[in-house]
Amino acid sequence: MNPHPSSCSNGRSIRTRFARRFLRALKKIGSKGSSSRPSPRDISWRCRRVKIAADASMASAVGPRRVWSRTMLNMLRSRSHACLHASRLGNSRRPGADRHAVGKRKRLVLKRKLPNRLGLNQVNQLRRLVPGGEAMDLDILLDETAHYIKCLATQVKVMRSIVDYCSA
Amino acid sequence: MSSRRSRSRQSGGSRISDDQINDLVSKLQQLLAELRHRRSDKASAARVLQETCNYIRSLHKEVDDLSERLSELLETTDVSSAQAAVIRSLLTQ
Repeated sequence: MNPHPSSCSNGRSIRTRFARRFLRALKKIGSKGSSSRPSPRDISWRCRRVKIAADASMASAVGPRRVWSRTMLNMLRSRSHACLHASRLGNSRRPGADRHAVGKRKRLVLKRKLPNRLGLNQVNQLRRLVPGGEAMDLDILLDETAHYIKCLATQVKVMRSIVDYCSA
Repeated sequence: MSSRRSRSRQSGGSRISDDQINDLVSKLQQLLAELRHRRSDKASAARVLQETCNYIRSLHKEVDDLSERLSELLETTDVSSAQAAVIRSLLTQ
């Protein structure tokens, strides 16, 4: 177990772990399609599934060692349970890949003692953008943000290479 | 780093020093410069945080766009055959 995942080699392993999981998920999504022309509804369903798979694959590649990834894993887990439950009850609503769900539901902005020069507005914005950010102390928030950004950038890089490869 | 983390647990007068914050903000600034291939000029902490927020939003948007593109490509691509090749190319990067 790596104590502090900030080294280069660890970044590469997250990239590989993400790529494997994501490709596996894509395979599943692709196989569910009908061979005949898909309806617009099918297309938007697939798009949502891909987005959720991207988030889930990254959060699971990082694992529970970060607050943001833990938050995201819990969110995805509870949402899939809710969806299962809802579909059993005959509800056809599907979970959207609402990345900002945590921020949207919790409108309360926790007031914390901050150095004024930081700009309360920016910190609050950041809290809503980073999963689990609302409840973090400021130093944790900044640390988690750095890791979150690195992982997002990796996610984008990998997704882009898959797109490039498949478009060739 | 771990001492910092254990020291600032939830609530109860956790005193985070200005130095710690400065340090973390400057790390973010460096990271942003690195990821966006831009020089990091002197910027206020508020500015760095604003840039960070904007950058996160742009990354989110990219993921959305790429997801849409991928969902279109899934129509015509056999992912299984692409899988091994993609992993291999990523590993050699």
